[in-house]
This record gives sequence, structure tokens and C-alpha cells, in this order.
Amino acid sequence: MKVNFLKIIIFSFVIFFLLIFWLGLKKDNSYNTKNLIGHRISSFQLPSIHNNDLISDEVLKQNQFTLINFFASWCAPCRIEHQYLIKIANQNKNVKILGINFKDKKINALDFLSKLGDPYNFVAEDPDGKASILFGTYGIPESILINKELNIIKKIIGPIDQKQFEEILKLTQ
Amino acid sequence: MTLRKIIIIYFFLFTSLQSDEINPELIEIYKNLRCLICQGQSIADSNSDFASTIKLVVLDQIKEGKTKDEIYAFLISKYGEWIVYQPSFNKGTILLWFLPYFIFIAGGLIIFLIIRKSKKNKVN
Repeated sequence: MKVNFLKIIIFSFVIFFLLIFWLGLKKDNSYNTKNLIGHRISSFQLPSIHNNDLISDEVLKQNQFTLINFFASWCAPCRIEHQYLIKIANQNKNVKILGINFKDKKINALDFLSKLGDPYNFVAEDPDGKASILFGTYGIPESILINKELNIIKKIIGPIDQKQFEEILKLTQ
Repeated sequence: MTLRKIIIIYFFLFTSLQSDEINPELIEIYKNLRCLICQGQSIADSNSDFASTIKLVVLDQIKEGKTKDEIYAFLISKYGEWIVYQPSFNKGTILLWFLPYFIFIAGGLIIFLIIRKSKKNKVN
């Protein structure tokens, strides 16, 4: 009878650990910030790249939708996604685009925009990257679509592609 | 030659003064933060862009007088629980905290039962 009790304990342990491993392996640990969707963005105040103005979250309340895009002249995938930003700016007037120039030199950023086109309604500077943490970004390019209430609707990690572009258009119609 | 020695001594003095400026609390926080874009590295170990930015933000918040827990709470609100190595105590992590103690007690119980059983077998 006691032997059975011991066997039951060992068997329960095995089942328990298998269950823990199964649940642990099933859990998605790849990085994403899905938990930020539906939350309001943090307040921020960043200098404009063009003049001495400050760009803050208050300014974005005037837009129906804002796409906050982190970019840099040294970032190759940013060059690839740039065409989609230009398309968004041309095709959907409901969306204003705020570009946040991440860890970049102002002169290089302005050169990047003059060569590839400027889809941004506002361009802010984040020379040390600290503002990017306020938005929960991992690196660049990264884009955050927010509504008038400044709540996050969509977060894109990596460059915007055709699929993401279509989804942004659909969400902002 | 003497001048060179003095310069070398001053250089090492200066270096040691710099390292003294590193706040041990800061290092503790860096070590408990996961570099989310690196493979198995903490913020303290990594020189990635992400890690260096997090270090700057943590340093700023320490200077603002924020506590360790406030800094963790801020980063968790942005990146989720995954960013800290030491999980907080809540409904989802209760097993993590108590499972080792449970295994320790249950393991002891199993060993006790096995020993008792083998002793009884010997007597019989």
C-alpha cells in the first residue's frame, strides 16, 4: 500500500513537470509589445529637427491618426520602408506621420529626407535614443499607430512592408 | 623616467576614481534587466544599442531619485515582465517562487519513504 503511495507521488511529479515544460514551451517568448496596444502613449516632448520648436504628445491630439516612425539615416531597413511611408502620406490624409530620428546626426537625417523624400508631418530628434524607451521600442525601424486619444492601435516592429501598409490603410479609413 | 612613472600612476589613479563612480545599485539593476534583443545577456553584459539606451534611461531615473522598484515597474509597463530576470510575486509566478521549496520537501519525503521501506525489507 505504501509502495503504491510512493509510486503515485513520483508519477504525479513526472506529470506535473511535463505539464510545466509543455506550458513553458508553448509560451511565446519572442519579443513583442502587444501588451502596449490599447494603452495611451507616454507624454513626451522632443525638439524638432527643422527648428527650435518642441513636438509633444499634445500636438498629436489634433490628428485623427498619427503614425510614429522611428528612423535613422544609418538604418538600411528604414530605406526599404520609406517608400511605404511616402505612400501612406500621399494616400491617406487621415494619418499624420511623426518621424523620430533615432541616434543620428541631424545633417545626415536631413540629407536622408532630401534624397528619399519627406513623408513626415513632424520630425523630432532623439539623439541618445532615450525617448524610444518611452514608446517601448527595441530598435529601428519601428512604427506605432495611435488614434486621436493617443491610444496605441498597432505597433510594427521592423520595416513596414506591403502587408503592414495595407493594414495601416484599413485601420485608418 | 620619473615623469613617466608619475604619469602612469596618475593614469591608474584616475581610472580607479572613475570606476568608484559606478553606483553598485546601478550595476544590480543592470544585471537584473534582460537585453531583449540579445541571446541570454543582461543589460550589464551587453553593448547593444538597446542595452546602452536602457542604461541611459536607468541612470537618468536614478538621478531623479526613483527607486529600484519604480524603475522596474516603468520598464515592465513598456516591455512586459520578460525584461526583468527576477519575476515579481503575483498569481502567474506563484509556482516559480514556491515550487523549489515544495520540491525540496516532497523530495525529502520520497527519500524518507524509500529508506523506511528498505529498512523494513531488511528486517523482514
